[in-house]
Amino acid sequence: MFNPENLILKGLPKGHIKDRVVRSLMAGLTYAIVLIAALLFGKIIVDGAPVLFKAQAPFVDFEFLTAKNETLHVFDDAQGTRHQLPASAYSDYIKKHEGTPIFNETTYSYSGGGIAGPIVGTILLTVGSMILALFFGVCAAIYLSEYAKQSPFIHAVRLAILNLAGIPSIVFGLFGFSVFVLAVPVITATPSDRSLLCVPLFINDYVMSFQGWNSSLMAGCATLACMILPVIITASEESLRAVPQGFRDASLALGATRWQTIRKCVIPFSLSGILTSSLLAITRVAGETAPIMFTAAVAAKDDLPWQGLKSPFDLLSSQVQALPYHIYTLAARIPSSEYTQRAQYGSVFVFLVIVAFLSLGSMILRSKLRSKLKW
Amino acid sequence: MKHSSIAISNLDFSYGSSPALNDINLEIPAKSVTAFIGPSGCGKSTLLRCINRMNDEIPIAKITRGGIYLDGIDIHDSSVDVVKLRRDVGMVFQKSNPFPRSIYDNVAYGLRLQGSLPKSVLDQSIEEALRAAALWDEVKDRMNESAFGLSGGQQQRLCIARTIAVKPSIVLMDEPCSALDPIATAKVEELIWDLKAHYTIVIVTHNMQQASRVSDKTAFFYMGNLIEFSETSRIFSNPRVKKTEEYITGRFG
Repeated sequence: MFNPENLILKGLPKGHIKDRVVRSLMAGLTYAIVLIAALLFGKIIVDGAPVLFKAQAPFVDFEFLTAKNETLHVFDDAQGTRHQLPASAYSDYIKKHEGTPIFNETTYSYSGGGIAGPIVGTILLTVGSMILALFFGVCAAIYLSEYAKQSPFIHAVRLAILNLAGIPSIVFGLFGFSVFVLAVPVITATPSDRSLLCVPLFINDYVMSFQGWNSSLMAGCATLACMILPVIITASEESLRAVPQGFRDASLALGATRWQTIRKCVIPFSLSGILTSSLLAITRVAGETAPIMFTAAVAAKDDLPWQGLKSPFDLLSSQVQALPYHIYTLAARIPSSEYTQRAQYGSVFVFLVIVAFLSLGSMILRSKLRSKLKW
Repeated sequence: MKHSSIAISNLDFSYGSSPALNDINLEIPAKSVTAFIGPSGCGKSTLLRCINRMNDEIPIAKITRGGIYLDGIDIHDSSVDVVKLRRDVGMVFQKSNPFPRSIYDNVAYGLRLQGSLPKSVLDQSIEEALRAAALWDEVKDRMNESAFGLSGGQQQRLCIARTIAVKPSIVLMDEPCSALDPIATAKVEELIWDLKAHYTIVIVTHNMQQASRVSDKTAFFYMGNLIEFSETSRIFSNPRVKKTEEYITGRFG
């Protein structure tokens, strides 16, 4: 007999219990991930924020951000007061109190002063590598999306680019070391002993010497650019392809050349996508340690990056400190103690804040450009 | 005005190895409206895109025999610049495709491609084009607003204005009304009548009534062949070929 009530009032079948179990399992796993993130960020914020922020005005410890990195000297004076002084302040103290003995002196490398060097170094590396990567990457993406015909060769090229994205960053570091640090040509009058090949240029004594750029800012930028090129190319190509074919057809049918069409009709409409993906790449560049270990970064540097330069070229050919490498050094090279924690957690916290700002910037930029250009 | 009659002779066309058009012979007189009709996939849009060489953009598409002549000039001759050809042979697409810019910039696009013009000349040409497209009165107060704020019919008329702003002699229309409602369609059809005085118009359409209303001559295509081509009144009242009659009366297609 047909009874409509039975269609909906059947009691709870077994399937529903299974459904609930699966649902709570999935939810539990999701919240577990959130918990891990909360613990990670919580620990860094709790221990790192007090280094950067102060209870009294101006609330931010600018010295930590603007002073150079030094060795920390910890000692007791004759009255039994404990002093923690970075190397320069320490030598001043010794000069001032000459003759008075100090006790229980210990030193902690990299733990004193601030982290201006690593911050500026990271910014220089990021800006330099992004300029290089955007130029090469967007050009390659335009070629692949707008000019290249779909042939097996182009498919192979695309596959190669995708595979490049999967290569571990340490391999890029070694590649950069062997190519940019040791092998790329420079024009100089005094080639180094380990130059691989000297090609005379017949202008005074100048030769093109394949001796590399040494460990330097430009070698680091070039290496980082190589590492993110595949990301930039793939993302840019996708943004270019997202521009409706109708725009291109309309432009060509109005008597535009290929390049006019690309310049006026494709690039402006794909710019938001290209910039968004590039900003995501920025956070990656800023955070990488392995590619710059052999190519640009030093653990300690006497001068801040802008000090002691004779020409802008000196900046490009000098080594820099970088935040991720600095954090690695602080964590792995020096013993952890109550005196090193300030530098350790402070650096990590500042680094996280910088990356957070970059991500936020990319989100704001994306939403601004998106609201402007819609189809 | 130059280049306004179209002659297509012995044209074979294929996408890769599959032929799309076989031995098309067609003479389209200047300053008239010619309609291409036929079921989907019969090659009418392909032929239309041959006339301004838009098929050059499709890598596998190729003309295998014959040619297209505008006032006797072979458009595939090496002396013909495809960019100049497309300025002379404008095209309106099936899906209205204004750029996501202001109404003014949309119409100015083609003019700006030809070098920088003084603002007064540009304004003048844009007004003329919009008037010719019967859109001026509707948009004159909102020239700097996005073209995407216009209705579908207005957008399509904007695309027509954009096309005629560069002063072509031939206007190709690929199902310009397929996405429009009857009122907007009527406006575009009226526009086509007005434009006939200055331009040679070729229109692809799926709408029999539209072909009979707007065109002077009609060509019926089927499976890549030109089945019949003559005066529109004759095609619709007294077709010579049985296939044409069957299609027009809706027995297939």
